[in-house]
Order: sequence, then structure tokens, then C-alpha cells
Amino acid sequence: MKPAVILFPGSNRERDAARALRLVAGAKPNIVWHAEHELPAGTDLVVLPGGFSYGDYLRCGAIAARANIMDAVRAHAAKGGLVLGICNGFQILCEAGLLPGVLVRNARLRFVCREVVLRVERADTAFTKAYRKADLIRIPVAHGEGNYTADEATITELEKEGRVAFRYARPDGQIDETDGPNGSINGIAGIYSEKFNVLGMMPHPENYIEPEIGPTDGRGLFESLAGALKAA
Amino acid sequence: MTLPNTPRITPELVAEHGLKPEEYAHFVKLIGREPTLTELGIVSAMWNEHCSYKSSKVWLRTLPTKGPRVIQGPGENAGVVDIGGGQAVVFKMESHNHPSFIEPYQGAGTGVGGILRDVFTMGARPIAALNLLRFGDCHNAKTRRLLAGVVAGIGGYGNSFGVPTVGGSVGFHKRYNGNILVNAMAVGLAKTDEIFYAAAAGVGRAIVYLGSKTGRDGIHGATMASAEFGADAEEKRPTVQVGDPFAEKLLLEACLEIMQAGCVVAIQDMGAAGLTSSAVEMGAKGDLGVELNLDAVPCREEGMSAYEMMLSESQERMLMVIADGKEAEAEAIFTKWGLDFAVVGRTTEALRFVVKHKGVVEADLPIKELGDEAPEYHRPYEEPADRPVIPPSDVRTSLSVADALERLIASPDLCSKRWVWEQYDHLILGNTVQKPGGDAAVVRVDDGPKALAFTTDVTPRYCEAGPFEGGKQAVAEAWRNLTAVGATPIAVTDNLNFGNPEKPEIMGQFVACVKGIGAACEALDFPIVSGNVSLYNETNGQAILPTPSIGGVGLIDDLAHTMTLDFKASGELVLLIGKSIGWLGASAFLATVCEREEGAPPPVDLVAEKRNGDFVRALIRDGIATAVHDVSDGGLLVALAEMAMAGHLGAILEAPPEGMDAYAWWFGEDQARYVVTAPSSHGVELIRHAQAAGVPVQKLGKTGGDRLILPGDRSIIVESLRDRHETWLPIYMGAS
Repeated sequence: MKPAVILFPGSNRERDAARALRLVAGAKPNIVWHAEHELPAGTDLVVLPGGFSYGDYLRCGAIAARANIMDAVRAHAAKGGLVLGICNGFQILCEAGLLPGVLVRNARLRFVCREVVLRVERADTAFTKAYRKADLIRIPVAHGEGNYTADEATITELEKEGRVAFRYARPDGQIDETDGPNGSINGIAGIYSEKFNVLGMMPHPENYIEPEIGPTDGRGLFESLAGALKAA
Repeated sequence: MTLPNTPRITPELVAEHGLKPEEYAHFVKLIGREPTLTELGIVSAMWNEHCSYKSSKVWLRTLPTKGPRVIQGPGENAGVVDIGGGQAVVFKMESHNHPSFIEPYQGAGTGVGGILRDVFTMGARPIAALNLLRFGDCHNAKTRRLLAGVVAGIGGYGNSFGVPTVGGSVGFHKRYNGNILVNAMAVGLAKTDEIFYAAAAGVGRAIVYLGSKTGRDGIHGATMASAEFGADAEEKRPTVQVGDPFAEKLLLEACLEIMQAGCVVAIQDMGAAGLTSSAVEMGAKGDLGVELNLDAVPCREEGMSAYEMMLSESQERMLMVIADGKEAEAEAIFTKWGLDFAVVGRTTEALRFVVKHKGVVEADLPIKELGDEAPEYHRPYEEPADRPVIPPSDVRTSLSVADALERLIASPDLCSKRWVWEQYDHLILGNTVQKPGGDAAVVRVDDGPKALAFTTDVTPRYCEAGPFEGGKQAVAEAWRNLTAVGATPIAVTDNLNFGNPEKPEIMGQFVACVKGIGAACEALDFPIVSGNVSLYNETNGQAILPTPSIGGVGLIDDLAHTMTLDFKASGELVLLIGKSIGWLGASAFLATVCEREEGAPPPVDLVAEKRNGDFVRALIRDGIATAVHDVSDGGLLVALAEMAMAGHLGAILEAPPEGMDAYAWWFGEDQARYVVTAPSSHGVELIRHAQAAGVPVQKLGKTGGDRLILPGDRSIIVESLRDRHETWLPIYMGAS
């Protein structure tokens, strides 16, 4: 496994992502500066970390989506390479056209940092094989603009193609969008690209990986990636 | 040499700069001529209360600031304390009260930004932020807006910068109606051999300006912070700075990179009084002069005068002295991060502070004297009068004990502050072992097993009722909160918020609180390594409650030995450590349930405090205790309820001891106490150990069930209590 974590000015969870790749997947991630034009040779996973790229003073992720390195990320994705965008990374993927839809202000108009329950919608992708379908996992969110929305046709398509990766759920597994942390349509917490090689998600699995710190339900995502890239 | 002599310096102009006539006269004598306008601005910035500590200095010197772990005490950007393994914890707390009242979002945000800068200026990467907030009465029309704005501002800055905000304290009182408190604390981690200081070294070295551009914001911010508010407070909005956490994040990364590269000789952030205070401090501390060329200062606006540049408090700026031959390397790093980098001056041999702009010498002042000759006052003070001790028999209420608990637990001061801390990213960096809501936050150091514990505390109610005991108690409570999570308390930062020191009764509060703080720090081996004083917290003559905030830091050798306050399992023993006499004077119960703010505060026995705390820490270390919580506001029953709510588990409680008034027993605020749970099998051993150590211990009951069962009263369902506890603040803030 040879991951690259992209560092934009204002990224701030790149160390958290790198630590998860190191501790759970046994990888040695390269930190790649946004102004580069190429990914390190042999990169098989690109991670766009959380943060406030360019301060998020414009639309979240809008400037980062136009950084030099994003052409290389797009090319990597087009070849079927794996891309994981977490939080600001998800916002950047949407702005970069690698995922549909957009993330707008949380319905309650406040930043929210808390643990949520996610329902794993499918367990047959490179990102989720270590989970079981319909698993309920505890993962934290930390964002002000995580309210996923898209036009009706896009939502219908995402749902029809089974491209919703995770949904905010109640502890009993029921989905209720008014209960979620941000008001996302259909409780959407993360989505896949058409070929399931690009995942964008608002919650932070990288912060729930160590038993000394707290729950470890985030490990599954990195274990899945390690498994998928070992097999490849 | 010719200096500009317009405009003439009139007494009115001097007064507008916040200088007293005798202070101005002293300055004129010092320089031997009438100052220029820029010089007047410079001296007003250096000699105001905020920068010079002129009213507080003589008392601050009495505080204990040394200890075997202390690497750097007060006087630098932040305190530095050795935590072993070649690492040091770097921390400080600072107020941004006045700006936050005028413009809560930016005021609070730039408060966070300023304190973070103080920490990373020393070469430390910030690992945690905390705060201590006080707002007016919840019925005051402004309170909601101020609370919402301050919380959003703290979150907006810290979340974007990327530091976890792991703890804090929020309280309300009508005495803060016109003057809220926003005290922000930041903590960073550095290597003991890579600490950076402000003192310049070497003649003729480049002084470099880094970070954001200079604008007209914040001019005279420090002067504003050194005066009372009148009815025109809100007209001072232009003196509030605007924060840019993105620029600060870039500045952090660039500064740490440039330090790693060995480019930095000295560094000082531009905080209060901006370029003036940073340049003077670097020179004066290094016994060097400084010559600035303002033509090179990156400006955001056109046509800025020397006066404006010297007094601007634009945020996210730094000043550095660069090592010989390292200018190009330093510049390349800053350019990579997209930040301004400009050589704006040189160190000089002559001990002068010279400011040139457009070929004119705008200032030429003796650099050492600007700091050393700042006024220092022994202000007259009145010893605070002792308040009477209120016996429990004088305290009456129609509420039952259960009713009183329900009221207290959903009162503004004691309700859950989840609504607040969920707006702060408290998990970023992946090291938050204990998040907000416990006795102290616990943050792992790098990959462990070491961890640090942090807390901010003060009980202004006590400080008002008895400033000496109140000062002691603020320190003791911080020490106790750190102990309750299993940490060894190692050092303190303080933020002393008081009214107008020119009033003898206010100065009396200040002096007594400082004496109390000093006594407690001394007795508890808890040195003060950094701090800040905020005076003139008054509006229309009404002073705030005396509020000496204490930020405590503790060390945990192995995070496997940390403790939380939640009840863990049914059938465990619940024990009280520490002696109870049932002190209701100045208690939360008396204030909230009886609506009486009276009586002397509980005395703090520092010997008992140390003995009981050391005993509890040993219980945690030896794996005997399963939950620990300090007993503070609201007394024993509130502590028990908090443990039950956190653990979703009830308890069967025993009746008060023979002869003890029920309210005094359940709600008294005697100090030096903890509630501890332990498996029944450890009970006999624990009690024997306690007796051997001379520590009072008393059985309170057993955990179990879904309710708190009080003898002779109705039982209370834990989840419904929790519901009350959690919903008061969201409902108040109009949120679902």
C-alpha cells in the first residue's frame, strides 16, 4: 500500500489521516504538497484530509479543487485508483467534480463536533470490506458545512446505484434526517463515485482507531483499504 | 537629527492616549524633549495597564514561579515546564474581555488566535485550547447574543486553525452584564532544547516581519483594554481586530519550519500594541537597540502613517531576528506558505528604538527605559471585610432535597455545557483521551503513553465573598480537578480579571486574591509560569465579580492510569474522601435555591487539600478507585448526580450523619473533597489506608439501579435528571 495524503494550505487533519494509515494499515504515507503536479510514483491511494483549505472563506473546497495536484488526482481516479476524501476532502471532491452534489451549512447553522452512529450501506467496496452490511458504527463528525445536497435526479441515481456509503442513523439503525448532525438528504454521510473507487465522507474514521483514546470503529475503513491494496 | 514637531502634544492629546499628566511628565523628563506624535503613541502603548502591568506588578512578584520542572516562568510569551523525555509543555492564558463584549465573534476568535501565537512563538506546536467564559445574567437581553457569538468565535478560530478545544468553564452572573469575560488558554508541546525566546542577539542582524499585512484595525486596542467602559462601549468597535485563522495556521507551519531550519535567533509575536511592543521587547530583552524602517512594512491599506503602523493590532503577525546568512532560506519557506516576509529593520548597538518612515525619523527613544521605566504603582487598597459565617440553621427553603437537586442541576451555572463544547472541534489531532464534560481534559502526548491534563477554574462567588479564600480555592479546585483524573498537577497559568484598580476596594480584592493564589500555589507545589492581568472590567462604574481564572496543567505518566467520573458498575461502594461540616455560605445552593448571595466562603485547608488529593491520586494509580469526581459547586449531591448521569447508573444513598442538617450535608461546599467509587471487595482496604493516612473517609452508599435513592425523600430517575441537565442551555439558546 502506498498512500499519498495531499496537504493544502489550511488542511489540519493530515496528521490524523497519516497516523491511521500508519497504525491500522501499516503504511508509510507520503505527504504531498498541493502545488506539486505529480503524485509519487506507485501511489495507490490518495487521501484528501480534513481541514479548512484556504480558510474555506469561499465555498468550502472550491479553491483546493483547482490546485495543481488535483489534475493528478483526477487522472489517478480516472484510471480506477482509490481516492478517499474526509470532511474538507469530501467537499473538495465535490468541487473537483469527482463526486456529485455539494455540502452546505449544517441545518442548525452551527459547527458540530460529536460522535454519531453511521449505518454501513454496503460492505463490498474497497473501503468497507472489513465491515458488514448494515453495521452500525460510532464515528465522530466535526464540521460546519456537512449538509449533503444535490438535485433530485442525482439523489435518485445515487440511491438506485447503491452509491450511498454511510448514513447517519439512530442507535436502533433507523434513518431520520432530522436526527442527523447536519440535515443531509436521506441521512447521507458519504458517497461513492460511479466506479466505487472514490469515497467522500464527512465523519472522521481516522479519529476513532485507538483503544487508548476511545472507540475504534474507524479502523474497519483503513483495514478494508489495506486488504484491498494488498490483494491488488 | 530633526523630529517632526506637528501636531503639538497638548494635554488633551496626552489624556486621549490614556496617560496621566504625571506619567507624561516622567516621559518628557526621560527623553529630555517633547515627544513626536508617534512617540506619544509608542509610550502610550508601552505604559498602558495592559502592557505594563503597572498596578499589578508589585503583587505579581510575590507569586511562586519556580519549581524543579519550570524551564521558563512569567515574562516570556508563555511558560515552559519540563515533562521529561526531552519534552516541555508550553502554555498561557490571556483575556480578550473588552473586544468580546463589543464584537463577540471577532473578539473571542482573536483572543484564541493571540494565545495560540504566544505558544507557537516559543517553538511549540499547539496541542490543546481551553477557555473560561463569564456572561451576564441569563435574563439580560444581551447575554444570548454574546454567548452565541463568543462560542462561535472560539470555535471558528480554533476549529479552522486545527487545535482541539478540550475544556473550559462557562458561568453567568448579573455582574458581568456590561463586561463579559473571555479568557483563552493554549497549550503546546516543544523539545526542551528547542525553545525560542524574544531576546534579540547580535548587532546588525535583520529584523524580519512575517505573516499578514498591517492594516488600520485594532489601533489602541491595548489602551481600550486599560480603561473602563462607559455607555459608549459599542462605539469602540473599530478597535476590535479581525481574525484570520487560515493565516495563523500558515504562520504556525511556516514558523515551525523556519525554526527547524535553524533560521531563528529571536521571535516575538505582535499581540497587544503590535509592532511597538514586539520590537521594543526583542531589543530590550537582548540589550540591543532596534532600528525600524517602516517603508518596508507590508501594508493592507494605502497611506498608513508611522503612528498607525506602530499601533496597529492587525492579527497573525510575527517579528523575528534571523540568523546570519539564513535570510534567503527563511524567505523561501515563507513564500512557500504564501506569507509576507520583509526585512523591516536591524539590531543596533546603541540602545535606542529608532523608527524611520519616508526618510523621516518618527521616533528615537531609549529602548530599555520604555519597558523598565514604565510606571509602577503601589495603589492604595482596602482590606476586604470579613463576611459572617452562615450556620445551616439560618438557611431555609420550601424545596425538598430532591427538588433542590433538580433545580441546581438545570441552573445556568451547573447545567450541561454540551451546547457550547460541541461547537468546538475537541477531537482533532486524535489525542483527546478525555473530552469536555469531565473534571479535567486529558490529552495524550504524541503516541503516548504520557498524557497531560488541563482545567480552567475559579469560583467568582467565593472571591467576592472572601477574596483571600476565593483565591486559594481557585487554585485548589484546579489542583483537585487534575488530581481527579489521575494527573500530578505541575504548573499554573493565571488570568486575573478585576475592576478598576484605582478604587481601593477593587485593589483590595486584587491583593487578597493574589495572596490567596500565592498561598495555595506554595502549599500545593503548583508554580505559576505565565499569566495575564485584566483590570478595568467595569461598565458605568459597576465592576465584575473578582475573577482570578486559574489554568492548571497536570502530568500523567501512563494514560492507562487515568480516571473518569462516571459510575462504572452496579454494586460498587460510593465513598466520600474529605471532611464535611456542611458549609452553605456563598454556596451555589444558597444562591440558586434560596436566592441569597451571602456569607463567608468555605475555608480552604491547604494541608488537608494536599493530603486528600495525594491519597486519591494513589487510589487511582493503584487501580483501587473505579470513578473519581471532585466535590465543588452544588456540593455532594450534585457531584453524585453528575457521576450517575455520566454513567447512566443510579445509587442507593445513606442518610446524612447524625446531627448534620440534610441541606448542609447534600449541598454544603466544604473543600478538599472527592467522591470515589470502588469495588466492594476493596472497601475495607481503602478505608484502612485512608485512616492510616489521616484522610477522612465516609461511606455514602452503593451504585445500582436507574435512580438516585435518597433516604426520606423521593427517588430521582437518573435519565430524567439527565434530561433536565442537558436541555436547559439548548432551550435557552432557542435551539432544538
